[in-house]
Amino acid sequence: MSNVGIVIVSHSPLVAEGTADMVRQMVGDEVPLAWCGGNGHGGLGTNVEAIMSAIDKAWSEAGVAILVDLGGAETNSEMAVEMIGEPRAQKIIVCNAPIVEGAVMAATEASGGASLREVVATAHELSPS
Amino acid sequence: MAALNLAGLIAAAADMIAAHAEELTALDQAIGDGDHGLNMKRGFEAVRAEAEAFSAKPLPEALKAIGTKLVMTVGGASGPLFGTLFLAIGKEISPHPDRASLTAAFGKAIEAVAARGKSQVGQKTMLDVLQPVHDALARGKTAAEIADIADAAAKATVPMKALRGRASFLGDRSIGHMDAGARSTALLVRTVGQAIGESA
Repeated sequence: MSNVGIVIVSHSPLVAEGTADMVRQMVGDEVPLAWCGGNGHGGLGTNVEAIMSAIDKAWSEAGVAILVDLGGAETNSEMAVEMIGEPRAQKIIVCNAPIVEGAVMAATEASGGASLREVVATAHELSPS
Repeated sequence: MAALNLAGLIAAAADMIAAHAEELTALDQAIGDGDHGLNMKRGFEAVRAEAEAFSAKPLPEALKAIGTKLVMTVGGASGPLFGTLFLAIGKEISPHPDRASLTAAFGKAIEAVAARGKSQVGQKTMLDVLQPVHDALARGKTAAEIADIADAAAKATVPMKALRGRASFLGDRSIGHMDAGARSTALLVRTVGQAIGESA
C-alpha cells in the first residue's frame, strides 16, 4: 500500500484503540494504521519500544504520520523516530493536532493518496495555535 | 581521573534511586502523574541487570547503551529525557575523560535534553539542576561541593511555576512542590560525584 500510514499514540490504550476504531469505521482499510498506548505495565503512559513497533506495523514508503495526546506521548514519539534512524526517520512526522480529530482527518487525507506533507498539513489545520 | 569503576557506579546509582523511589513518587504525586519513582527504579534496575556487559564497553559506548536502556525501560517522558542525557554524554565524551572532556560533554548533553523536552532553565525541570551542576564543574568545584549545589538547585525548584510537563497543567498550583525530575537528577549527581571522587 502506498498511502501514508497513521500511528496513534495515547497514554491510554483504550483511547488509542478507540481512536483507531473510529478511523477504521470512518475511513476504511485504505491506510496502514497502528496504535499503542499504556506504559507496558498495565498503567497509563507511553513507551518508545511500543511506538517503534507501531511505526513498523503502519510503515509505508509514502511515510507515517503520528498522532499523539499529551506531552510524554510527543516526547516518546520523537525519541522513537530518532531511534528508528535514517533513512526512515525522514518520512515520519509527529503531528501537532488533537489526537481523535487529527487521526480521522489525517487518515481521510491519506486514503486519497495524499503526500505525507499534505496529510500532516490537514492534521495541523485542527491545531488551536 | 583514574579508571572509573562503571559497574560499581551503576550499582550505586540503582541503589540510590531505589532508596528514594517512594520519595520521588510522592513528589510526582503532588504535581505530576505519580509514577516517577517507580519508573526510574524500573529503568535503573534494568541497567543494573546488564551492568557487567555495559562496563565491558569503552566509556562512550557504555553510556550510549545505558541511555538506550533507560529510554526503553523508564517509560513516561522521563525515559527519553534521562536517556537522552546519557546518550548525549556518550556521544561527546572521550574514552578516558579528564574534567574538561566531561564538562564539555555534559554541556552538550544539557542542550540535547533541552531540545528533547523543548524546555529551558527556569521552567521547573531537571534542567534547573543540570545547568548549575555544569557551571560548578566548569568552575572547578569538588564532587562534594557539586552534590550540594545539585541539592540546593533541586530545592530551588520548589517556588518555581512549572511550564513544561504534566505539572504545567496545574499552573500556579505547581508552586510549592519540588520537581521530581530535578530531585532524581540531584540524587544521580551525588552518586556520580562520589564514584568519580573515589577514583580521582
